[in-house]
Amino acid sequence: MPNDNFSAMRQSIIDGAPDTASGLAQQALAARVAPIDAINNGFVPGMHDVGEQFAKGQMFLPDMMASAEAMRAAMAVLDPELKKLGTQRPMAGVVVLGTTRGDIHEIGKILVGTLLTAHGFRVHDLGVDVPGEKFAAQARELGADIVGVSALLTTTMRNQKSVVEALEKAGLRSQVKIMVGGAPVTRRWADEIGADGYAKDAMSAVALARELMAQKTQSAAVEPV
Amino acid sequence: MRPRFELLDKPLLERILAEAFQLIEDPGVRVAPYVFDLLRGAGIAVRDGVAHIPEALARRLLDLAPRGFCLYDRSGKPAVRYGGDDVHFDPGSSCLNILDPETQQARPALSADLVRLVQVAEMLPQFAAQSTAMVCNDVPPEIGDWYRLLLVLWYSEKPVVTGAFSASSLHTLLELLAIESGGGDALRQHPRAVFDVCPSPPLNWSEFASQNLVDLARAGVPAEIVSMPLAGATAPVTLAGSVVQHAAECISGITIHQLAQPGSPIVWGAAPAIFDMRTGKTPMGAIETAMLDVACAQVGKHLGLPTHAYMVAGDGRLIDAQVEMESGMSAVLGALAGINMISGAGMLDFLACHSIEKLVIDAEAIASAQRLIEGIEPRTDSLAVAMFAQTGLHGDFLKLKETRALFRKEQHFPSSVIDRGLPQMDGATPDILERARLRVNELLSAYERQPLAPEREKEMIAFAQREGKKAGLEGLPEILRPELAHEPGLI
Repeated sequence: MPNDNFSAMRQSIIDGAPDTASGLAQQALAARVAPIDAINNGFVPGMHDVGEQFAKGQMFLPDMMASAEAMRAAMAVLDPELKKLGTQRPMAGVVVLGTTRGDIHEIGKILVGTLLTAHGFRVHDLGVDVPGEKFAAQARELGADIVGVSALLTTTMRNQKSVVEALEKAGLRSQVKIMVGGAPVTRRWADEIGADGYAKDAMSAVALARELMAQKTQSAAVEPV
Repeated sequence: MRPRFELLDKPLLERILAEAFQLIEDPGVRVAPYVFDLLRGAGIAVRDGVAHIPEALARRLLDLAPRGFCLYDRSGKPAVRYGGDDVHFDPGSSCLNILDPETQQARPALSADLVRLVQVAEMLPQFAAQSTAMVCNDVPPEIGDWYRLLLVLWYSEKPVVTGAFSASSLHTLLELLAIESGGGDALRQHPRAVFDVCPSPPLNWSEFASQNLVDLARAGVPAEIVSMPLAGATAPVTLAGSVVQHAAECISGITIHQLAQPGSPIVWGAAPAIFDMRTGKTPMGAIETAMLDVACAQVGKHLGLPTHAYMVAGDGRLIDAQVEMESGMSAVLGALAGINMISGAGMLDFLACHSIEKLVIDAEAIASAQRLIEGIEPRTDSLAVAMFAQTGLHGDFLKLKETRALFRKEQHFPSSVIDRGLPQMDGATPDILERARLRVNELLSAYERQPLAPEREKEMIAFAQREGKKAGLEGLPEILRPELAHEPGLI
C-alpha cells in the first residue's frame, strides 16, 4: 500500500471524517492490505496526532469526538477482517466505564471513554445509573483491567464506594484497578474508599489509566507463577 | 433612570419562547412516574416517560404562577422580594470544600466552617439572604441536607436559599422549617426559605426533582427552578439555543408545579454555563456564562416571573486577580439585568470550593453593583447652577451644605477590604487576602447570635437529636447551648 494512502487514513482521523475513514478502510481491504497494517500505519497515528494536538490546546473536544467517530467507522470495517484472520489489534487495556447508581450524568464519562479509546484502550461503557454489582459482573465477563466510576453529585459520589465493595465481594479486587472521577470527587475521597486512583479530568484519566496498567503489569511480573 | 442591561431584542426573545414551547411538545420532556397521573389528568400525553406539553396549556399555567412573593426573616418581616427589578444576593450553596483560612488550600468543609460563613454573611448587608452554603463533611451524608439548614436557622435571622438532594430529605427540611416558623401554616404564610430544584439537562425532570416540585407546591413553600444547560455539551452550543433549552426546562417545570398547586410561588432560575471545549470544564466566570444568565433571566422577566441566577463565582483555585475579575464582572451584569436573587458569592474553582475571605471581597463588588443600579439621580432642583451660585469660581464645594447632606447618598464607602488609602492602614500595605482576613475577623468579633424563642430552640434541638440519632450522629456539631446542657435529653 502506498504511503500516501496511509497518510490519507491518518488525515481522515485528524479531520474527523467517518465516511472518508470507512471508505479508505474498504479500499485498503480491496487492495489486500493487511488490516493490522492499515490500523497501525494509517488510522492509529491519526489518533496519536489528535491526542497530541488536544494536549497542546490546538484541537478541541468536538474535534476529538469527531476523530473518535472516524476511528470507530474505520474499525467497523477492519475489525471483522481482523477476526477472520485470527489476529488482534494491540491494545493498551480493557476498561469498563460507568456512572454510579442514582446518577444520570455522563458527559465526563463519555469524554474519558473517548480519550481512552483514542489512546488504544478497549472501552466498554455501561452507561448511567449503574449499580456496583453490574460493574463487578461486567468486569468479570469482559476481563476488565480497569473499572472507571463517574459521579457528578455529592450524594451519588458515595455510591462509588459500593462499586469498590462489589468488586471485593466478587473476588476481583486484586485483578481489577479502580479509578474514580467526577466534579465532587477528590484524591482524598478516592483514598478513603480504597480506589486505586483519581483523575480530575479526561486527559488525566488517560495518564492515570496508563499508570494503573503499568502497576498491574509490574505486580503480575512479581507474582509467583 | 434605573440602568438596565439586556441581550435579547424582542424578535429574538419571541423566537426563543416559540422554540421553547415547540420543544416541550415535541420532542417533549422526560418526566418521572411520580407526575404521570398529574400530567395526564390535565390532558398532557405521557408516552414512554416523555410528556408532550401543549403550548396553550403551558401558557395558561405560566399565567397562574405568582408575579412575585416575599421571603421573610426570622421575626416574620418581609426581607426579600422576588419579582420586578428587585436585586438581592446570597452566598453560593452546597459546596464540598473550603479554602482553609490559614493555608488557603482547599479541604473538605466542616460544620464550623459553615457557621463562620453564616456569621460573616449575617453581618454583611450586601447579602439579603443566607444559603445552605456548604456540605458539612463531619456529619453523616444522609442527614447533610437538614443539618446544614439547622445551622443556618440557628445562626441567622435572614431568609435562606436552600434545597434538598433527595425526595425524602425535602420533607425533613420542611418539618424543620415548620418548627422554626411556628407550624406549617405559619411557614406557608411567611416562608423563610426558597428551595432550589434542578432539572437534568436536557429536558429531564428526574424522580426526585419532579417530586420536589410537586411536594413544594403542595406545601406552599417557594420553589426555585435552577436549570443548568451546558452550552455545547448538554445543550446546544449556541448561547441562543441554550437559552431556548433553559426556557423549555423552566416552562415544563412550572407546568408540573402549577398543576400540583396553582398559584404556589416559583422562580425562573438558572445556573447555565458554557462547556470549555479544551478541558470539559464549566467555567462559571466566563463572560458567555454571564451572558447566558442575563439572557435566561430576561426571558423570565418577559413572562413576568421572579428570577434567579448563579453568578459572582470565579474559576481560579486561589483568591487572585482572575477570580475577583470574574466575580466582579458578573455581579455587575447580574445587578444590571435586574435578577431578583443572585447566588454564588464566595465560590471559586468551578463551584468546587467556598472561601469566606472571597465572600467579603465579593461583598465589595456587590456593594458597587448595588450602587451602580441606583443610577444617577437629580437630587437637587438645580443640578449644579445653584451650587455654583454659592461658590462662584472658587469652587469650594466641600463647605456647601448640599455636599454634607448628599455625599453619603452619592458615594458608596467600601470597607477596608478595598484599599482607598485609609489612615488606619498605618503605612502598611496588606494585600487583598490579608485585608479580607482582617475583615472576616472583624465581622466575626462583632457577630452576636440572636437566640430563637426558648421553646422553639428546644423543639429544634429535639428534632435534630431525634433525626441525628437515626444516622448515628453523636451530639450536634456547632449547636452550642451550654445553658441547656443541664436539661435531660437536650444537647
